[in-house]
Amino acid sequence: MKLYGVPGSICTTRVLVTAAEKGLDKTQLQHIPVDISAGDQKKPQYLAIQPFGQVPALQDGDLTLFESRAVIRYLADKYEGQGTPLYGSSNRDRALVEQWLEVESHNFNPHISIVLNELVFTMSRGEDPDTKLVTTHYERLDRVLDVYEAHLSRQKYLAGDFFSLADLSHLPTIFYLIRVAKKPNVIFRRPHVLTWWQLISNRPAWKAIAPSIMTVTKQPKTASTSA
Amino acid sequence: MGVKVYGIPMSTATRNVLMVLMEKEVDFELVPVDMKNLGHKSPEHLAMNPFGKVPVYQDDDITLFESRAINRYVASKYEGQGTPLLGSTPKEQALVQQWMEVEGQSYYPPCGALVSQLFFNKIFTGQGPDPAIVEVNEAKFNAVLDIYEARLSESKYLAGDFFSLADIGHLAHTEYFMAHTGKADLINSRKHVAAWWKDISTRPTWKKIKRHV
Repeated sequence: MKLYGVPGSICTTRVLVTAAEKGLDKTQLQHIPVDISAGDQKKPQYLAIQPFGQVPALQDGDLTLFESRAVIRYLADKYEGQGTPLYGSSNRDRALVEQWLEVESHNFNPHISIVLNELVFTMSRGEDPDTKLVTTHYERLDRVLDVYEAHLSRQKYLAGDFFSLADLSHLPTIFYLIRVAKKPNVIFRRPHVLTWWQLISNRPAWKAIAPSIMTVTKQPKTASTSA
Repeated sequence: MGVKVYGIPMSTATRNVLMVLMEKEVDFELVPVDMKNLGHKSPEHLAMNPFGKVPVYQDDDITLFESRAINRYVASKYEGQGTPLLGSTPKEQALVQQWMEVEGQSYYPPCGALVSQLFFNKIFTGQGPDPAIVEVNEAKFNAVLDIYEARLSESKYLAGDFFSLADIGHLAHTEYFMAHTGKADLINSRKHVAAWWKDISTRPTWKKIKRHV
């Protein structure tokens, strides 16, 4: 398989940590960097693979697949028999994993993405962040995290007492918020969210992947290249 | 107990879930949530969906929220009956997931924003549309529809030559977009998107949803 991606970027990292949880090595998943500083993601050669001009994209035989959350679902199912189980162990488990993966995608991600776009990517282009936008979406993120806090006071992980794709999907954005944007308070001041964050971010697969984010975040990035 | 869906007829997410249930030939009861009086923020509703949204799906085994998660669950649980909606090979299944993600990440935001600005706002707030928001989202939606046009020139439906969950996810928002924004030409001017829209929106199941819900 080939993964076209941007090293250190949120959506590429989401796929890489899934591959790591499944114990895939570079002979099974080849990394092909896309040079976004040269605008390669908008060139015809790449658009033939990913027509929205976003990264990452996966090629597996005659399948070309994009959208990071579709790719991680695909890997979780393809490699069901090896590495960490990422969908729980029953149909009911799987349904709850999907529910919380959708929560991440549509309740959590919209707000944290905008905050990160302003505080990390806009500033890395030398532009001023839109502070009103940041405040609005911080407040919404806060309300969402209130729900997480109550939920995680009752169970260890989002979908139950097992680590899953739903927890994993939060890793890159929360890491960026804490370590790159340096705005950890929404996480740190909620004891159960913090405990959950410490659990999921201390997993060996994440600890192997995370340093790559820190080495590339000095580079200028363009927003809206990830999907 | 059977299947209950807590929601309201006007909610696009509720409609998409009911569409999947109909395609899978699953009987259901639509339990109205009194959203005008903040029924979706009541303790009873929050116990089912702590984010205070509709729809919520309930059967004898599980209570679920997030319409796309509900749709995957129903399509899988009732795989042996009704219309197949998930794809039948790993490749097809992956493409269904991909286009479900595209709907949620790239199609729904601009389409939903246009429907909000040009239709819902007047109903709920009495305010007219914000021209700047309309302009930005119309440009985004046009760019997305160009990609859909190219895709649908290659295959009859989004994930391949089979109708799936990926197509269903577009029904409710696009229905409002076509009927109430005055911008139906964005769809109608694109030959393959228009044909796809005509095909999926004239399915007997969708017509039933519109009549009875």
